[in-house]
Order: sequence, then structure tokens, then C-alpha cells
Amino acid sequence: MMQMQAKLDTIPAALSVAPASIVKMQAEKLSVYYGAFRAIAEVTLPIHDRHITAIIGPSGCGKSTLLRAFNRMHDLIPNARVEGKLTLDGEPLYGPGIDVVDVRRRIGMVFQRPNPFPKSIYDNLAYGPRLYGVNKKATLDDLVEKSLRGAALWDEVRDKLHQSALALSGGQQQRLCIARALTVEPEVVLMDEPCSALDPVATIKIEDLMRELRNNYTIVIVTHNMQQAARVSDYTAMMMMRPDRAGEMIEFDLTRTIFTNPQDKRTEDYVTGRFG
Amino acid sequence: MSAVGQSASRAAQPILPRGLIKTKNRHHTRRITNLAMLGMTAAFTLFAAIPLIWVTVYTVMTGAKYINVEFFTELPASVLQGGGGVSNAIAGTIIITLIAMTISIPLGILAAYYVAEKPNTRLGLVVRFATDVLAGVPSIIIGLFAYGILVKPLGTFSALAGGVAISIIMLPTIVRSTEEMLKLVPRALREGSLALGAPDWRTSLVVLLPAALAGVVTGIMLAIARGVGETAPLLFTILGNDHYSVRQIVQSGVESGMTPIQILRELVLSPTDALTLTMYRYSQDPFPERVQQAWAIALVVMVFVLGVNILTRALTARRLAGRS
Ligand SMILES: Nc1ncnc2c1ncn2[C@@H]1O[C@H](COP(=O)(O)OP(=O)(O)OP(=O)(O)O)[C@@H](O)[C@H]1O
Ligand SMILES: [Mg+2]
Repeated sequence: MMQMQAKLDTIPAALSVAPASIVKMQAEKLSVYYGAFRAIAEVTLPIHDRHITAIIGPSGCGKSTLLRAFNRMHDLIPNARVEGKLTLDGEPLYGPGIDVVDVRRRIGMVFQRPNPFPKSIYDNLAYGPRLYGVNKKATLDDLVEKSLRGAALWDEVRDKLHQSALALSGGQQQRLCIARALTVEPEVVLMDEPCSALDPVATIKIEDLMRELRNNYTIVIVTHNMQQAARVSDYTAMMMMRPDRAGEMIEFDLTRTIFTNPQDKRTEDYVTGRFG
Repeated sequence: MSAVGQSASRAAQPILPRGLIKTKNRHHTRRITNLAMLGMTAAFTLFAAIPLIWVTVYTVMTGAKYINVEFFTELPASVLQGGGGVSNAIAGTIIITLIAMTISIPLGILAAYYVAEKPNTRLGLVVRFATDVLAGVPSIIIGLFAYGILVKPLGTFSALAGGVAISIIMLPTIVRSTEEMLKLVPRALREGSLALGAPDWRTSLVVLLPAALAGVVTGIMLAIARGVGETAPLLFTILGNDHYSVRQIVQSGVESGMTPIQILRELVLSPTDALTLTMYRYSQDPFPERVQQAWAIALVVMVFVLGVNILTRALTARRLAGRS
């Protein structure tokens, strides 16, 4: 509790520079359809460079859908369709001639359940760089070590790089997946409930890691855990389902404001746990 | 008022009797029924197993007597001379199976991949339907087909024609088992790869296939066992060849200065023999020694097929144990 308080206290310092920060990604009137069903409706949301943005809201309101629109994962779903505008550094991601491979390299993703490949730790991490033609052993070794250090996992696995990644604990696997996302040197990392399958200790480790990564990466995290959103994020977007079941964003602000002085009554109810 | 009270009290009555049932009689009947049913299922199971046991025991008893080293290493001798072996048929079966594997494994895996990935596209549905139908086509028709497309145009019976026919037999098994395994690979693995920017084909090759590999290998092994046991597709395709010997073809090829490719052509395009086909021919031979050799072949084929099946079972069991 003391620790958490201490961490909360560090936020304002970070946020004092926030308003001046650069907008890394911008969604404008972004809608996603699954067939005829509109899952999210006209979401307008800035993602600030080298800050952590949390997306919160009740189950089914379209948080994952929004997140997956950010790196074009919907391209994989046959009847999914995206409308509206989404930019990365001002460039439209859904524009003509944009290579989806490029989008996914620059915008990495970590999933709800750790999903290491059934290969060695090393091969999991070398997979991404190899995709982009890095095959020299020395370079790969460097990248593997760097990303493992970046994900605070190096000390735990340095002696077993060539053992199966599936032998790691759940928390280690998730940090491996974060490391794997880092190997291709993305600018933005999307995380969809990255701690929901982990125990509290592993969760704290990932949160520490996120704060660490924040220095170099832009992070967007979906979470159901209000304390987590409050602990790690700089900005928070609150989503809700409309009566037609389309999700919309009802409020976006500094995390501090969302949790202490929300404008929307529904946000207040949700973050204080009075919702549903 | 009282009617309502009555119905309510009736409703409160438990439908099934409460407490332990002590009636001796009921207990008895149940036990007897149970025993009778158990006896009956056991009897039927035994009944179903009888043919398998019988065939196995009979083949082993009859065939084992005629198996010796010569049987595996020698070409057939003339009936008058006696002795000899079936090395031609063994070589032929191996070559035919290799040809069949070369065709059916890549084709089967690709088809399975397509069906698993795009089950609801038109092509996906067609491929799926075609494999189902193929699995039910009598194998002799497949032999005729290979005769039509290879033996006639090439003007010769050949290991190739036999291999193609067997590959068609093997295909449905490989497609089905591979498809099932690919479907079992969690979606999250695919997404993990695609989120790194990997293209579809690379995801399949480097992530999905290895994850499904054990199952795919199982399917391939079963398909091989099936292919080795086939006779009908070979009747019209390989002709039979008492002199087929890989060593001789290679030796004479090297001596006459042929390139490796030419030697391979010779191996693949010559008429050849196969264990099952030889067995079929020998079993109808008037000479008793031939019939005895047919039994020996039967034993070899049976042991192979049984062995592959048992091995596959063992592998599958281990995999399932490892997973849980
Ligand atoms: N592939 C899909 N096809 C059709 N509908 C989908 C698909 N994925 C999600 N949906 C629907 O879109 C809506 C939003 O789903 P989404 O997964 O984005 O919600 P969420 O906010 O992430 O929920 P949770 O908190 O439970 O993860 C839901 O009604 C869901 O049923
Ligand atoms: Mg979700």
C-alpha cells in the first residue's frame, strides 16, 4: 500500500510535462464493424508519445477491438471493416499503399495470454529480426540480449536461452512476449490485458517494466484493473457501450483527472466500482 | 383455499423415495442385469477381435516358416530351381512408397493448410469435398486412372505410375490428419507471429507447422501403412518385374556412363514389383513353394503395417500425456 502510494506520487511529476508532449498516434472518428455489427463508433483519441495510455471500460465495450485497429489486426478477420482515420506520426495507417507489415513492425502487440512460440527462448526472440533479414549470429545475439534486458528477463534466462520457452512460468512467458515485441524495435507497444492471466507478483513486475519502457516507447494498455490503470498510466480513455451495443469513448483525460475528478458520471461510477 | 393447500402439500412430496433403498429384490435385479450386459458386451468385443487375432496368428504360423535371409536379399529364382527371395518386390515397394510420399506429403500438407485456413471459401469447400470423395473411391479405379494418365501415354508400366496411384490413396489421410492438427494450434500463436509483421506463409511454415508437426507425422505414417498394403492400384501400373534391382540399375547405369538423373529416370520409369502384388501373384501359383512365399510376404507386410500402427499409437499417447 505504501509502495503504491509512493508510485502514485511519482505520476504528477511525469505529467507536468505531459500537455506539451507529442501526439504519436491519433484516431479520428474511428469505427470498426464486424459484418453489419458496429463494434466501436467514431472513437477520437490521441495517443501521446512516450506515455502510457490506458483504455478502460466494461466488458464487451470494444476495448480490444479499438486496440486491434491500431496495428491493423482486423485485416485478418474476413468480415471486419474499419472506417475513419488513424495516423502514426501524422501518416494515415489505413491509407492506400501502406504496407501492413510495416505497420505491425512499428506498432507491436502483447496479448492477454502469453503466446510464446513452441520453440527455444532464443528462437522466439530471433523470429522477428529474421523476418526482416537479420541473420548474422552476432547481431541476433545482441538483439536477443538487448530485448531480454529490456524486458527485465535476462538474468532469469541467460543460462537457458536454448531451452523451450514453454518451460518458463506464466509471468516469465509474458515478459518474453514483451521482449519478443521489442526485438523488431517498434515505436508503439499495444498491450491487451497483459496481466490478466498472471499472479500479483508477476503483475507488479510487468507494471514496473511498463514504466521502464515508457522512456523509449509509446504504450497503450487495455485493462480491467482500475488500480493498474491508476498505477501505470498517464492518460486514460473510458469506453462504454451505447444502447445499440456499439462502443464509444465517453471520456479521455489525464489519468489523475479521470480518477479524481471525472467529468462524466458514468466514468465516476465505473472507476469507483459502482458500475453494474 | 384447502384445494390450494392440498396441491401444495402434494407438490412438497418428494417424487423419488427418500433414504437408502433397502429392498433386497431391486438390488438383486440390478446386479443381474448389470452382469448380463457386461457379459454380452465382452462377448461381442471378443467376437469382433476374433478375425484380427485369427488372421494374425494364422499368418504368423504359416508365414514364419518360410522366412529366411535369402528371402529378403535374393531375386526370385525359377520355380524349378527353388529357393530365391523377393528383393525385387521389397525394392519396388520402397521406391513406389518414396515416389508416393514425394507427391502426397507436400500436396497433402498444402491442401490441408488451405482447407484449415479458408474453410468457407469456394476452393476450400471444393478441396474438402474432393478429399472426402477420394477417400471413398475404390482403389482399383485409382489404378485405372494412373494407367490412363501415365502408363498409356508413356507406353510403359512403371514405378512412377504405381507411385502416383499410391499417392492418391495416401492423400486423403494426410489431408485430414494435417487439417485436424492445424485446427488445434491456438489462434494466439498465429496472431503472435502476424503481430510481428510476419506474412501468412511464414507464420504457417515457421510457427503453425512445427506446432502441429507431431500430428502431421502421425498422419503421414498411417498413410504410408495404408499405401504399402494396397494391391489393386498396382495391378495396372507396375506390371511386376522379377529382375527389379536398384543395385543392378545403378551399377549398369554407372558403367554405361549415365548421369545420376538418367539413372533416377531408369529407376522410376522401369516396370517394377511390389510386395502385395507379388503376394497376389504367388498365391495363385500352382507351385506350393510360391504359395509358401506368398505367406511369408503376407507376414512381412502385416508386421510392417501393424508396427507402424503401434508406433503411431505410442507416439500419440505420449503426446497426449505430455499435453495434459
Ligand atoms: N471477431 C469478431 N467477430 C464478430 N464480433 C466480434 C468479434 N470480436 C469482437 N466482437 C464483438 O465486438 C464487441 C466488442 O468486443 P471486444 O472484444 O472489443 O470487447 P472488450 O471491450 O475487449 O471486452 P473484454 O473486456 O471482455 O475483453 C463485442 O460485442 C464482441 O462480441
Ligand atoms: Mg478484450
